[in-house]
Amino acid sequence: MGSTMVDFRSPLDRRTFILGGSAVAALLPFLSRDAAAQAAAQPWEDAIKKIIGDNKPTESRLTFELPEIAENGNTVPFTVTVESPMSEQDHVKAIHLISTGNPQPGIATFHFTPTSGRASASSRMRLAKTQDVIGVAELSDGKFLMAKRSVKVTIGGCGG
Amino acid sequence: MSRPRVRLPERAKVGEIIEVKTLISHVMEMGQRREGDKAIPRFIINTFTATYAGAEVFKAELQPGISANPYIAFFMKVPGPGEFEFTWIDDNDARVVEKQKLNVA
Repeated sequence: MGSTMVDFRSPLDRRTFILGGSAVAALLPFLSRDAAAQAAAQPWEDAIKKIIGDNKPTESRLTFELPEIAENGNTVPFTVTVESPMSEQDHVKAIHLISTGNPQPGIATFHFTPTSGRASASSRMRLAKTQDVIGVAELSDGKFLMAKRSVKVTIGGCGG
Repeated sequence: MSRPRVRLPERAKVGEIIEVKTLISHVMEMGQRREGDKAIPRFIINTFTATYAGAEVFKAELQPGISANPYIAFFMKVPGPGEFEFTWIDDNDARVVEKQKLNVA
């Protein structure tokens, strides 16, 4: 939504315009709470936006090792890896991990250098409930990669 | 924050890619929990850095989504002989520094 081209010739387009961009913001106080929540970006969407800006990430080369089912959401082991030659000219600068279902979306950001040799790191994360974990990699040429993994959580972390 | 543990391979060759495993004890309080009607403030290790022979190799910015007693493992392509310096920093700006030499054959 937002800055789409608007053609007033058809009633449908007029409707699109009325529902678009700032019109929604103006209407927010009058919408039900659910509708308002849908219109506003989720915190995790904001977190990704903050990393990638207006760039369009490619979905490739980033892989997760994460259990499909996590019995204990307090400590879920993971490894995140991006295939890369890790040379001065072509390396991964950072991998950001974002939770779509925790009270706070941030998990961690790992920063690499060509001396890293491999763009890969392991740790343990908290997952409050069943959700998607999103990885965003920042490359030395300014491009971004993105991948998503869903994890079923039996007992949620984050202390309820 | 105490008792950092670091595991390096017993010996490594120049150009070899080694894995470095670290562990430290810390409550990593995420700042979302309550004790009665009082909110428990956030208290986590927010930064971990690893330098080797004076140059930064790896850095992690940790957020509340990382578990208590954070385990962090990463890789390094051995540039030559040297010593690692690992630093953990928490929200109170307390620092734990651990140094360990790599046995380069």
